[in-house]
Amino acid sequence: MIEILTSSTLNTIQDFGRPDAISLGVSRGGAMDRLALAYGNILLGNDPDAAGIEVVFFPFRIRFDHATSFALTGARTAATLDGTPLPPDWAMQARPGQILTIPAPTAGARCYVTLRGGIDVPQVLGSRSTDLKGGFGGLAARALRRGDRLQTLPLPPLPFPATGYGLTCPTPLPDGGDVVVRALPAAEYALFTANSQDHFWGQPWKLTPNANRMGYRMEGTETLALDSPVNLFSHGILPGTVQVPPAGQPIVQMADANTCGGYPKIATVIEPDLRVLAQTAIGQSVRFIQITRHEAVEAIRLDARHLHVLACGIDTLRPDLAPAISVTS
Amino acid sequence: MTRISMAGAGGLLLDAADGAFSDQTQRRIWAAARHIAKHPCVTHAVPGVNNLLVTFDVTVTDPVAVEDLLRETWAQATDDPVPSREITVPVTYGGTAGEDLAAVAQFAGLTEAETVAAHVQATYSVAAIGAMPGFVYLTGLDPRLAMPRRASPRLKVEQGSVIIGGGHAGIMPCTAPSGWHILGHTSLSLFDPFRAEPCLFRLGDTIRFVRA
Repeated sequence: MIEILTSSTLNTIQDFGRPDAISLGVSRGGAMDRLALAYGNILLGNDPDAAGIEVVFFPFRIRFDHATSFALTGARTAATLDGTPLPPDWAMQARPGQILTIPAPTAGARCYVTLRGGIDVPQVLGSRSTDLKGGFGGLAARALRRGDRLQTLPLPPLPFPATGYGLTCPTPLPDGGDVVVRALPAAEYALFTANSQDHFWGQPWKLTPNANRMGYRMEGTETLALDSPVNLFSHGILPGTVQVPPAGQPIVQMADANTCGGYPKIATVIEPDLRVLAQTAIGQSVRFIQITRHEAVEAIRLDARHLHVLACGIDTLRPDLAPAISVTS
Repeated sequence: MTRISMAGAGGLLLDAADGAFSDQTQRRIWAAARHIAKHPCVTHAVPGVNNLLVTFDVTVTDPVAVEDLLRETWAQATDDPVPSREITVPVTYGGTAGEDLAAVAQFAGLTEAETVAAHVQATYSVAAIGAMPGFVYLTGLDPRLAMPRRASPRLKVEQGSVIIGGGHAGIMPCTAPSGWHILGHTSLSLFDPFRAEPCLFRLGDTIRFVRA
C-alpha cells in the first residue's frame, strides 16, 4: 500500500490502454511513454503492461506503508527516497514509512512510478488506465490526489541489493536541441500546397502549452494551407495523426485522442516516436522528418526487439524474475 | 473514386466518399469491415462515414499485403441490408436544454417549432460509432438543418446533449468539447463500460427522436 502525499491534476494510473475498444469509440489511452512504463515494470518482474502512475505534474510525493519494491523511469529528475538521490531508470526497495519525492524533470516531461505486482485497481474494458474523458478506469475514474491509497496485486517479494539496480543504458530523452520525430504522409498530404508541404517538414514547430493526453497543438512561423478547401466525412484516426484545422497550425493526436475526426491529415507520427513527443516539454522545438513506410516498419520492429532484448537481459541478470516476464517480439 | 492512404505504418484508410453521403456506400463499408475484421492479420476495422480504417500489427504483418487484402475486400463487398433495430430517443428541446435551437432555426429560415418538427420527422441511421465512447454519427438529417459546425468548438458540451453538425445528428455520450449545435437534451445513457454491450446503439440501427 502507498499513500499519495502531494499530487496535482492529471497524474493518473495508466497501463497499455484499450486498443481493442476502438470500435466502441473508446480512446486507446494508456501510458504516453509506453517504453518507460514497460522498463519500470520489467525491472520489477511485472508484465511490461502492468499499471503504474504517470506523473506529469510535479512535485509528486508518495509514502510507502510497507516494504515495497518500486521503480522510477522516464523523465530525468532529482528524485530522492528519504533524501537519497535515485539514478535514472532505477529500481529500489523502500522500507515502511519511506517517502519518494519527485521534483520537476531536468529532461523529459513524464515519469512513471511502478510497483512490484502492479497497481491494483479494477479493470474496465480490459485495462486499468484512467480515461478522464470517458469517465472510467484508474482510481475512481479521476486523477490521483493527496490522501489516495493504492494497493498492489500480489507477487512474492524480491530480494534487493541495498542500493537497488537500474538500466545500463537509460532511455533516451529529448535534450535542449530540436526534437526530431519521424512521420509518414497521410491521406490529405497531396492536397496541401507545395509550400505547406515544404514548411511542414522544413520549419521547426513549437510545442504550445495546449498539449495534453488528447493532443499536442504545435505552432510554426508559416501556417499550412490546402490548395482548395476539402469537406471530409468523419473517419477513424489513430494516435500520431497530425491534423490541420483551418487556422493552419497542426495538432498531433495523442493517447487519449478521439477515435474519429474530420480535419485534413497531413502526416502520421510513427509509433516509436510518440514516446519522444510524450517526453517533449512545452516550448520545445519539434521537427518532423519524412520517412518511407519501409523505414517506419523497420523502426517499429526495432523498438519491439529492444523491449524483448531488455526483458531477456533482466532474465539473465535476475533469474528470479523470469517467470513473471512475458514479452514477445 | 475509392482512395486508400496510409494511417501510419500500421493503419490504412479506405475513403469511398464521392460527394454527398451515400447509404449504399455505407452498407458496403459495413460489409467490408465485417469481412476484413475476420482476417487474422487485421487487428481492427473501424467504419467511418463512407470510409473505413483498418489496423494491423507491423511487427508481424507486411502493410503491402494488407493493402492488397483491403482492395480485394472492397471490390467484393456488397451493399446488403444489415439487421436494424428501431430505437426511440425522447428529447427535451430548446430553452436551457437546447441553447442553439434559435440559431439553427434562423439558419434554416424556420421557426423554432418547425425546426424541432424537422428534427423529429426525420428517420436516422447509425452510420458509424466513434470519436467518444458510444458516440454515433446519425445520417438522415433534414438538409435544411445542415448548419456548418461552430467556428470554435465549445470546451464543454453536457452528456445527453442532442446535437447536429456537418449534416449529421448525434447525442453526447459524455461531457466533452464539441463544435456541433445543441438542440435539446435526452436522459438516455448511450454508453456504460459496465454493460455487457457498452454502446446503446449498433451500426445500422434506426433512430427516431420524439418530444419528451
